[in-house]
Amino acid sequence: MATQNTKTLARLMMAPSVIALLVWMVIPLSMTLYYSFQNYNLLTPQNVSFGGFFNYQYFYTDPAFFTAIWNTLILVVGVLAITVIGGIAIGLLLDQPIFGQGIVRILVISPFFVMPPVAALIWKNMIMHPSYGVLADIAKFFGLQPVDWFAQYPLFSVIVIVAWQWLPFATLILLTALQSLDGEQKEAAEMDGANFVNRFIYLTLPHLSRAITVVILIQTIFLLGIYAEILVTTNGGPGYASTNLTFLIYRTARLGYDVGGGAAGGIIAVVLANIVAIFLMRAVGKNLDK
Amino acid sequence: MGSITLKNVQKHFGEAKVIPSVDLEITDGEFVVFVGPSGSGKSTLLRLIAGLEDVTGGTITIDGKDVTEAAPAARGLAMVFQSYALYPHMSVRKNIAFPLKMAKMEQSKIDKKVEDAARILNLSDYLERRPGQLSGGQRQRVAIGRAIVREPSAFLFDEPLSNLDAALRGTMRLEISDLHNQLKTTMIYVTHDQIEAMTMADKIVVLNRGNIEQVGSPMELYNTPRNLFVAGFIGSPRMNLIEGEYAQSKGAKTAGIRPEHMTLSKESGLWKGTVSVAEHLGADTFLHLDVDGIGKMTARASGEFGAHHGDTVYLTPDETRLHRFDDKGLRIAG
Amino acid sequence: MARKSTTQSKIVWTVIAWVVALVIFFPILYAVITSFKTEPEAIDGFSLIPSGTFENYITVQTQRDYFKPFTNSVILSIGSTILALIFAIPAAWAMAFAPTRRTKDILMWMLSTKMMPAVAVLLPIYILFRNFGLLDTRIGLTIMLTLINLPIVVWMLYTYFREIPGEILEAARMDGANLWKEIVYVLTPMAVPGIASTLLLNIILAWNEAFWTIQLSTTNAAPLTAFIASFSSPQGLFWAKLSAASTMAIAPILILGWFSQKQLVRGLTFGAVK
Repeated sequence: MATQNTKTLARLMMAPSVIALLVWMVIPLSMTLYYSFQNYNLLTPQNVSFGGFFNYQYFYTDPAFFTAIWNTLILVVGVLAITVIGGIAIGLLLDQPIFGQGIVRILVISPFFVMPPVAALIWKNMIMHPSYGVLADIAKFFGLQPVDWFAQYPLFSVIVIVAWQWLPFATLILLTALQSLDGEQKEAAEMDGANFVNRFIYLTLPHLSRAITVVILIQTIFLLGIYAEILVTTNGGPGYASTNLTFLIYRTARLGYDVGGGAAGGIIAVVLANIVAIFLMRAVGKNLDK
Repeated sequence: MGSITLKNVQKHFGEAKVIPSVDLEITDGEFVVFVGPSGSGKSTLLRLIAGLEDVTGGTITIDGKDVTEAAPAARGLAMVFQSYALYPHMSVRKNIAFPLKMAKMEQSKIDKKVEDAARILNLSDYLERRPGQLSGGQRQRVAIGRAIVREPSAFLFDEPLSNLDAALRGTMRLEISDLHNQLKTTMIYVTHDQIEAMTMADKIVVLNRGNIEQVGSPMELYNTPRNLFVAGFIGSPRMNLIEGEYAQSKGAKTAGIRPEHMTLSKESGLWKGTVSVAEHLGADTFLHLDVDGIGKMTARASGEFGAHHGDTVYLTPDETRLHRFDDKGLRIAG
Repeated sequence: MARKSTTQSKIVWTVIAWVVALVIFFPILYAVITSFKTEPEAIDGFSLIPSGTFENYITVQTQRDYFKPFTNSVILSIGSTILALIFAIPAAWAMAFAPTRRTKDILMWMLSTKMMPAVAVLLPIYILFRNFGLLDTRIGLTIMLTLINLPIVVWMLYTYFREIPGEILEAARMDGANLWKEIVYVLTPMAVPGIASTLLLNIILAWNEAFWTIQLSTTNAAPLTAFIASFSSPQGLFWAKLSAASTMAIAPILILGWFSQKQLVRGLTFGAVK
């Protein structure tokens, strides 16, 4: 069908999307790059000067920088661990014949549709609040001292909230993959004498590997940019205890009015995201070829 | 009218020369079958004629008019696709009417033509159904109906029966031949199945790697295959090809004898063989033999000739039906 | 392995599954319950039975003008989705039906824009928006949401379009349909289910987008994400009212989400898992 006419037309039809995304990518990114070499503070906009690598140096030598990188890493890995393992477990559970499967499914996936500020506020106030939260009520019921989650374990608390939001996503994808496992394969394995554990290790897990890869990579993209959950719960604190890279840049740029510093942080974030992105593109690209 | 001429038609996909150069003459009213193994370029050739692909070089003429650059719809051809390509969201009636609607025909005329086509194809009771509710054979007929109503100068069929089961394929084969007899319109039919080619064609075009190996009537190809490829491709079961001493004694590199052109005996003959598998079809029995000094051969016996695995059978070729090929694989005349 | 009686094991699995499902759903359920409590009730220990007051819903509207951010959310999510579809439908069509050697690269590149950390371009976007007077405007946020979701929309449509057999479009071409008619009579009707799923998923994503909407709006154009986030400042304990606002903010999208479970998987995995 690839006649010359069609090709020209195809280009015209792709143009608006491609141009829009190109502009949206190139202009702000080059601005960020430019700002990152300037001394530019929004409070003193008249004193803009070339700063060389000062902003990068400033960002790099800031002790908060490594804390933020570390927190980002813990946040991403922690959430991934919980959601992938939990997702497989719940996926297997929902793959069993149960009564009311449709409703159970709906209940399980619901947290994904809750907007981040709402999710964070529900957990902050109604579940994890040290005096009035449900967890505190439970602790009191057993005669224990309630935990002040956000003061004592700020990063862990954020991880719990984010994992709650993303568990449904992992579950749904892994369940979809589980359901596409050929029933005859399972029966053949059963005839071959494989028990449940063997079937899981030799049949189910390899079948899920692609879905697990996709879950890990896609969640990583979103988890690197976690923002609203931190903003409404801990606001990055205490100190920098729950500040990730996104939040640190936001603090520098919007709260510190430091355009240059924020831009340098932004460029660092782009570089880190690209490293992750390369892996993702490979995986998704491979699946495209299948 | 529907005479089609291809002159030096070429198609390259990048470096790959799918069709190096093809010349072909199709006269009005002919039933032409393009046959060849997969990758032989037969579908590509059809799509070039249809205008669904651009030619890399050469010209295509329909009824004396150069259509090389013309859009598919402007060529006055109709095509039946392998997957039928019915519009799933339209009823049978709308599917058949679609090309007429595109041609901006009056609604009353459209209705009449659709009814007529449906009657010819036994689809009258199904006009309001969707393609999804039809059987494979019915879908096939809708696809044909959609082609008929346009009154094209030629029909193009791209492996139309390959998605049907064996029994239905036989029926549809007859129906399409019947249709050709009624309409007397040029038809070009692509298939990899030599039985379809033999049973339906006025003229068979055997393709291999983008080249035409031979053009001729079914019996011409059967009786005088131009080379080893055609010899091996046309006829079922396949021709036995024998090299070595026997072929040399006949002055050839390769000698070919069809399974049906050998006399069989349990007592004596030129070659002695042992039956490895006997396929009993009823009227005929196909014997797969290991023949001393030659190797594997296939022979056709009548159903009454009782032979089973392990039996010894003697074969004698009918030398008037022997095919001889030289060391380039080309037929030696006479 | 001897098989237990199937009903017996089914009951066991059912109980486990329901317990897990209810634990996961609990925070949402508890917020809904709390929204029907009075403020003193809300902080008076654990209770699943509210007094059943609608007071909070009324207060949220009268004191905080809930309807305004709600309207903004509706306009932004639907507006940006329709805009994205207008851009994406032709592009996805071209990629699915007239692919070239570069099509895959373009798709990959579009995906890569989605990986650019938003915070990296926060300042330039903020400054551009300020200079063009787009801060805290619905137009500005609509453009923003369109651009960030455009790659997903193109990808989703592409995976749907690719499933439409090319032979059908060729048949239409043979039948004399020009490109316009091909799109109107053949492609669009066949693509409607895919477009609808894309629409649904994108509305959900736009509704819940909580970085740009919070950064680029203050009051006029603020959608529900920014509105709810403004409750985070500890200006007293208004949990019942917060719950009422939250319930209203998530209810419409929760219902849409239930309908789009399957499309969600496909859309968010860029067609890699179906």
